[in-house]
Amino acid sequence: MHSILRPAGALLAFVGGSPKLIVSVLLLALLFSFGSVGSAFVDTELAQPISVKTNQPPSMQHLLGTDSGGRDVLAVMVVGTPQTLRMGVLAGLIGVVFGVFLGLVSGFFGGPADRIISAVTDTMLTIPPLAILLVVAASVRAVSVDMMAVIIALLSWMNPARTIRAQVLSLRELPYVQMARVSGLSNFRIMLQELLPNVIPLAFASFVGAVSGAILSGMALEVLGLGPQNTPTLGMTIYWALLYAAFARGMWWWWGPPVLILVLLFIALFLMSAALDEVANPRLRQRS
Amino acid sequence: MSWSYALRRIGMFVAVVFLAITINFIVPRMAPGDPTAAVLEQLLSRGQQVEGAADIVANYRARFGLDDPILLQYGRYVWNTLHFDLGYSISYFPQKVESALLQALPWTLALLLTATAIAFTLGSILGALIAWPRSPRMVRNLAPVLMVLSAIPYYLLALILLYVFAVWTKFFPLGGAASSQSALTFSFASTIDVIRHAFLPALSIVLAGLGFWALGMRGAMINVLGEDYLTLAEAKGLRPHRIFFAYAMRNAMLPQVTSLAIALGTVASGSVLVEVAFNYPGIGYVLYNALRSSDYFLIQGVAFFLVLTVAVAVLLLELAYPLIDPRIER
Repeated sequence: MHSILRPAGALLAFVGGSPKLIVSVLLLALLFSFGSVGSAFVDTELAQPISVKTNQPPSMQHLLGTDSGGRDVLAVMVVGTPQTLRMGVLAGLIGVVFGVFLGLVSGFFGGPADRIISAVTDTMLTIPPLAILLVVAASVRAVSVDMMAVIIALLSWMNPARTIRAQVLSLRELPYVQMARVSGLSNFRIMLQELLPNVIPLAFASFVGAVSGAILSGMALEVLGLGPQNTPTLGMTIYWALLYAAFARGMWWWWGPPVLILVLLFIALFLMSAALDEVANPRLRQRS
Repeated sequence: MSWSYALRRIGMFVAVVFLAITINFIVPRMAPGDPTAAVLEQLLSRGQQVEGAADIVANYRARFGLDDPILLQYGRYVWNTLHFDLGYSISYFPQKVESALLQALPWTLALLLTATAIAFTLGSILGALIAWPRSPRMVRNLAPVLMVLSAIPYYLLALILLYVFAVWTKFFPLGGAASSQSALTFSFASTIDVIRHAFLPALSIVLAGLGFWALGMRGAMINVLGEDYLTLAEAKGLRPHRIFFAYAMRNAMLPQVTSLAIALGTVASGSVLVEVAFNYPGIGYVLYNALRSSDYFLIQGVAFFLVLTVAVAVLLLELAYPLIDPRIER
């Protein structure tokens, strides 16, 4: 228990000293609460097609205007942002759990298991993620946000697996792990009780990276038209906007908001993962 | 270069290509529904009696050879794919998939390779300068800007550039690769035209990649700067720019080249989307058309080409790597 609390305490102490972390936490808090706070002020029914007059520029009645499908853009953002976040978090979570498991096994056991897992991980890393996602998404035709998350999670485990493996390789040689081995603890318990708590900060850092990667992949599939057709996620909104030539028609209020929210989201996640890397690798902190 | 290193890399390449072919083979078979039926239905729903429809159907039947044992089907699929026989395209009919892709490939390669080379070189130099203690303050303050840039995906950056420079100020064309593609010649005007069309897509890839390479280089450079041989070089009285390029940067480049090999897959995925944003007539544009008409063989073909292109590039990089750093072979 103690070993879990220590990094958590270090994390709290570190938050105060890292502007990157403060900015990213604030931004993410804003984005994550946007859906629930927004739905208190905005009628989310207006995110349904043909609920308002089409192609209206921003006005007092529709703060971000309306699109060609008869949706209020602000309402679409309030409904869509949580959906995009949900997809990213779900895919990142599945990916990181799987990656941590592979990293622990591969780093701890070494030998043939490590060689196979590492070879597969490295091979998968060089394959453009879009290529596999395309083939899968085009034949499965994901209809729900959760389904998309599962498909994307198929390609979210490689980076976590690599980072965790590297960490476990060095942890494995530390005296306390040797001690646990000598005192006859089973391999399973060593991994679960001695190694896992020590890779949690790193796992969390790679979770943030995985969420960002998952949202990126999701956006890629969505703007290509392979997203959930009936859910107004941020990526789908960009897809519809481009499909109805919002650019050429000067309807900046249609494509602008989802692009802005996504940009903020990616910056926040990037800053957070950079800050968490500094927590997980104290050596980076002294240098910068 | 030792044989075992080269063989290992080539083995890796073969594995990647086989994995891609296998995924292309297995995934549609796991999906519900009969692929032949789906394709037929689609052809019929288009209403038009395409010339040689019987030919396509025969081609599909043979390809899916649904009565054959699955291993035989797989073997045939691998054989065909390795011979670049990827079947007929629906949206580009009567073209075959491979010829539609081969037409698009030069555009993609030119855009992707040029932009990545610029981003990589510029980013590495910038990153090294940011880490270098004697750089002007202005350069060293660039780090946060580059960090933000590296966080924004290629595609979103492309949309923003497209709006600012093509829709709003009209400095650059809205999309495509040339004003009229059929009239392309090797004249001066034509060259300028092509460059003007490629500028914004390339700029998106360069800007989005710049931060990534600069940050990586900065990290590697900081590591190198602590080394004893740099202190020695300074003590010997070598000129600063010689220390910077020949001692510090040269050694810090090694991890950069490794991460180039790893990042290439993501870079290629990103630039495909940039092509879609700009209607650039490369693989990305073919993909967009294929998706809109549910041209399944073409989608598979794009996926395969994407994997193949990146795998070839990674293989070349990895075979060149021992020339830069002999330690890697171990």
